[in-house]
Amino acid sequence: MEPVNAIELRNITKRFGNIVANNKVNLDIRRGEILSLLGENGSGKTTLMNMISGIYFPDEGQIFVNGEEVTIASPKDAFDLGIGMIHQHFKLVDVLTAAENIILGLEGEGRLNKKSVSKKVREISSKYGFNIDPEKKIYDMSVSEKQTVEIVKVLYRGADILILDEPTAVLTPQETDKLFEVLKNMKNDGKAVVIITHKLNEVMAISDRVSVLRKGEYIATVETKDTDPQQLTDMMVGRAVSLDIDRPDVKDPEDRIIVKNLTCINNEGVKTLDDVSFIARGGEILGIAGISGSGQRELLESIAGMERVKSGEVYYVPPKEDKKVSLIGKTPLEIRNLGVSLSFVPEDRLGMGLVGSMDLVDNMMLRSYRKGKGPMADRKAPKKLAETIVERLEVVTPGVFTPVKNLSGGNVQKVLVGREISSSPTVLMAAYAVRGLDINSSYTIYRLLNEQKQQGVAVIYAGEDLDVLLQLCDRILILCGGKVSGIVDARQTTKEEVGLLMTHLKAGAAE
Amino acid sequence: MGNIIMNLIVAAVLAGTPLLFGTLGEILTEKSGNLNLGVEGMMFMGSIAGLAGAMKYEAVAANPSGSVAVLVAIICAFGCGVLGALIYSIITVTLRANQNVTGLALTIFGTGFANFFGEVLGNNAGGYAAVGDVVKAGFSNVNIPVLSSIPVIGRLVFSYNSLVYVGIITAIIIAVLLNKTRIGLNLRAVGENPSTADAAGINVTKYKYLATCIGGGICGIGGMYVSMVTCSGIWVHNCVSGKGWIAVALVIFAIWRPKRALLGGLIFGLLSIMRLYIPLKIPMQIYDIFPYIATIIVLIAISLRRKRENQPPASLGLAYFREER
Amino acid sequence: MKDEIVKKHKEPFVRIAKRTDISPRRAWIVRIVAILLALFVGGVIISSLGHNPFSVYGELLKGSLASPTARRETIKTFVPLLGAAIAIAPAFKMKFWNIGAEGQILAGAIGASYFALFHSDIPHVPLLIIMFIAAAVCGAIVGVIPALFKARWETNETLFTLMLNYIILGIVKYLMNGPWKDPTSGFPKIAMFEASAKLPKVLGVHIGWIIVLVFAVLMFFYMTRSKQGYEIAVVGESEKTAKYAGMNVSKIIIRTMIISGAIAGIVGFFSVAGANYTLNENTAGGVGFTAITVAWLAKLNPFVMIGISFGLSILTKGSNTIQTAFKIPKSVAEIITGMILLFILGCEFFINYRLVFRSRKGE
Repeated sequence: MEPVNAIELRNITKRFGNIVANNKVNLDIRRGEILSLLGENGSGKTTLMNMISGIYFPDEGQIFVNGEEVTIASPKDAFDLGIGMIHQHFKLVDVLTAAENIILGLEGEGRLNKKSVSKKVREISSKYGFNIDPEKKIYDMSVSEKQTVEIVKVLYRGADILILDEPTAVLTPQETDKLFEVLKNMKNDGKAVVIITHKLNEVMAISDRVSVLRKGEYIATVETKDTDPQQLTDMMVGRAVSLDIDRPDVKDPEDRIIVKNLTCINNEGVKTLDDVSFIARGGEILGIAGISGSGQRELLESIAGMERVKSGEVYYVPPKEDKKVSLIGKTPLEIRNLGVSLSFVPEDRLGMGLVGSMDLVDNMMLRSYRKGKGPMADRKAPKKLAETIVERLEVVTPGVFTPVKNLSGGNVQKVLVGREISSSPTVLMAAYAVRGLDINSSYTIYRLLNEQKQQGVAVIYAGEDLDVLLQLCDRILILCGGKVSGIVDARQTTKEEVGLLMTHLKAGAAE
Repeated sequence: MGNIIMNLIVAAVLAGTPLLFGTLGEILTEKSGNLNLGVEGMMFMGSIAGLAGAMKYEAVAANPSGSVAVLVAIICAFGCGVLGALIYSIITVTLRANQNVTGLALTIFGTGFANFFGEVLGNNAGGYAAVGDVVKAGFSNVNIPVLSSIPVIGRLVFSYNSLVYVGIITAIIIAVLLNKTRIGLNLRAVGENPSTADAAGINVTKYKYLATCIGGGICGIGGMYVSMVTCSGIWVHNCVSGKGWIAVALVIFAIWRPKRALLGGLIFGLLSIMRLYIPLKIPMQIYDIFPYIATIIVLIAISLRRKRENQPPASLGLAYFREER
Repeated sequence: MKDEIVKKHKEPFVRIAKRTDISPRRAWIVRIVAILLALFVGGVIISSLGHNPFSVYGELLKGSLASPTARRETIKTFVPLLGAAIAIAPAFKMKFWNIGAEGQILAGAIGASYFALFHSDIPHVPLLIIMFIAAAVCGAIVGVIPALFKARWETNETLFTLMLNYIILGIVKYLMNGPWKDPTSGFPKIAMFEASAKLPKVLGVHIGWIIVLVFAVLMFFYMTRSKQGYEIAVVGESEKTAKYAGMNVSKIIIRTMIISGAIAGIVGFFSVAGANYTLNENTAGGVGFTAITVAWLAKLNPFVMIGISFGLSILTKGSNTIQTAFKIPKSVAEIITGMILLFILGCEFFINYRLVFRSRKGE
């Protein structure tokens, strides 16, 4: 039986300024099946789906729903057509309850009838196997609860075409399994489901067909049962890329950062770090793994002097010296003034590591603008540095006086990493350094981290892709709910072991 | 003593009402995520429009009635307030300009607008702009049979001019609207998180425009109260003189809740008239700054307590563009 | 049923797209068109009163520029406006919405007036220097109070600085009515300054005009070339980045507001010692508010502020003339000022964005 095409896209093109996000893309979405939309970050997957859900409007091309050509000018149009999208960044209002979020924007009687809404929400939940409290405020919810609200929201609106944008990025493996169960229930219910992803294992596990995008171009669609990860990778990146990441052997490791019993409490009084102890050594890469929000950010920022620490100690051991410098309670400036050369590539590149509206030169000054006597800032050295980085790391930019926010993600990251390693650090911390980067840029970053390692720098790398962590790092520290659930040898461990440590605290696992 | 307290409360209610209107208008506006610092300007626009409307009605009507004059003044003031807010909305919502600066420019414009036409009106009337006794009576305190003559209660509850009751009803309507209706839910979502509201199919632009314009209209009525009640229907140069700014502050005092705006209006009304009733040995000019000091204290208190429920709408002051990336 | 809904939706008639390619020249043309539109609407209002807008505008220009006296008066209006705009610039660059320049000006005026009134026996130049310092200190104090709260508790500075305006204004009124009241006058006003407390004149206008122009140049270099200016820019863009870079954000906020308040205070000194020779409730006269829009429209560039303040000064001064010549209330200047500001604010959209109209071939 030939499945009916729920949606057909024909020659869809979308440009943002000079960047072509989608170029003449064709796609078929069918009922009763799960379609994976696969592609690297920046390949235009989300942009394409945003045009179906009414967030963006295509510059060229046609969209057919149930065989009829349609115009989707707003999210409301999409709802009317039965299309619901679950965005990567949840579109929920924090201060409202689940039920209030679910009925947001719907037409109906003017007076709110919260009881009947709650009832219907519970009905949907039990039908597909969700667990949700309609009266709970969003700000009290966990990430997976929020995602559930999002899915119920589109189902409540009667959507029969569901698009999920990287739904598993924020979930634990167990939560992911549960989500996939639900998606299969929906598929069996005759709904069309699209998941946007770049994780091959998920593609293989859940989807019936896979459509691949590369750099905004539609490549092909294949049946999942007829393909394998290697073929998909080839389609995704365009050429065979060795998935092996270079890992030089560790030479003469020496203790560089010693963290003892570190505990942090956030503004809401929640322990973000709980009795964390470990040692980072010069000449090796220490990976930090964990589900997002397990304390990775707090850990790095407390070492950098940006997070208030409740208790515990952080020591720095200078190379070839036999002393310990305490970094606790010191500001980033004070740490620097102690002669500690600590570089930090934060997760939030344009919100913390760089100033988006400033040009490359001014961004080079961020850490070094105090240099030189007198009240005036020197811009000659930073300009030179910017030019060097542009040249050495092959940053694509119209010039060094271009605001960094106009650069693409990979180039922004090269500028940031380039600046951080330019100060010849002895400690280099990088958080999610390859997030959103294409494969080539990612490998450039891995290469730079390895260079630093070989020069004896203590590299601390927080990452989300377990494959990368397992192949790049020497040791991996796993955080779970702010606690250290294990420190493993990356050469010996398995993905399953790390995954398990991410979700379950094993007693006595820490060192 | 009891009498003094009663006089004080009555006077506080009368003085607090224009502040109440301004506050309610701005609460509605801010719930949509628009921080309109043009309250002062819109109140000015309402003050002159209300007065001009009442004068025009008086001149045209064969047999002017006080209550019709009130209605005319409300409509004119509301309309002119809407006009001011519409200018603001076009510039900030459609043309995406900075809200702070646009609000200030609107205040400059509105102040000039009112003083200009106030003077023109005065010149045309040969001296100063004022309404006659019949119209003025429409804005004076009501006398409800039976109710108004109940001891104490009659005075405290049933003795005000009609606009006071309009203000209280407006507060209740806005409270119900925000908390009990679909429109209110959608509006709160727009102010908290416009991209979410947009994705949920809510017309963000429409909500922002409507809330801001109706809010501006309500501010306009507050301005009209100043010219028609506080100044007894005579145009006084610069009559609004900062009341709009107090209203902006009162929104914070009321933590964006219309019912608390009632309390806030009363307290700030009280502070502004206290010197006439409680003669402390403090110079009058110092007395006059009490409401402003009180606002600062509230501001600091809110920033110290940081309760989740008491925070401003999350997108307040930020423009929303859908297709930005 | 669904198809019906869908068929109603056409491609939107007009869409908005960002543009980065506009030339500075075209951008200025757009702005000038906006100003002309504002003047046109002003002209409509004027003609509705039965006057010829051209002759009114002509008179306005004549009244502000034609005679040396008129020019001097225009410059006198220009000095505080530019000064206040310069004062506001660093605060706004930091995204600290200081709308309290009005109060800071008055505070400076109070500080300067104290020495002018009670220590006029000090010789001319030292007295002026003392007044200058006193004004700067008083302005800085009023400026720094909200900054302290902002730095410590993130207290909303917009409303805090706003409230301070009215508090300082109350204090000025109190001084006029009470302790500083001129005993020889029946009215509540403060006595005129002695000659020793008056600013010397250069080319017929008090020396303040030279000082504000110097301030403009200094502020330009401070904001674009100095280390502190760099810090201000980073804090304004992202406090997180500033902390990451090891900046002490609280210190920067406080320091910047001291500078901002001090300059505003000095503007108050010019107003009392150069223009009015006394202190009254109109000493600031809304300049603090207008200056905010000046600073914003100039995109915080002090050199552009010079032009904008001068233009608005012509309008303000000229409106006095048309009031006497045509009996047009001088508030018309405020209306036109407001409209010019609103029009320019609106026109920036057409500089930053492009409207894409629906292409016809699809129909």
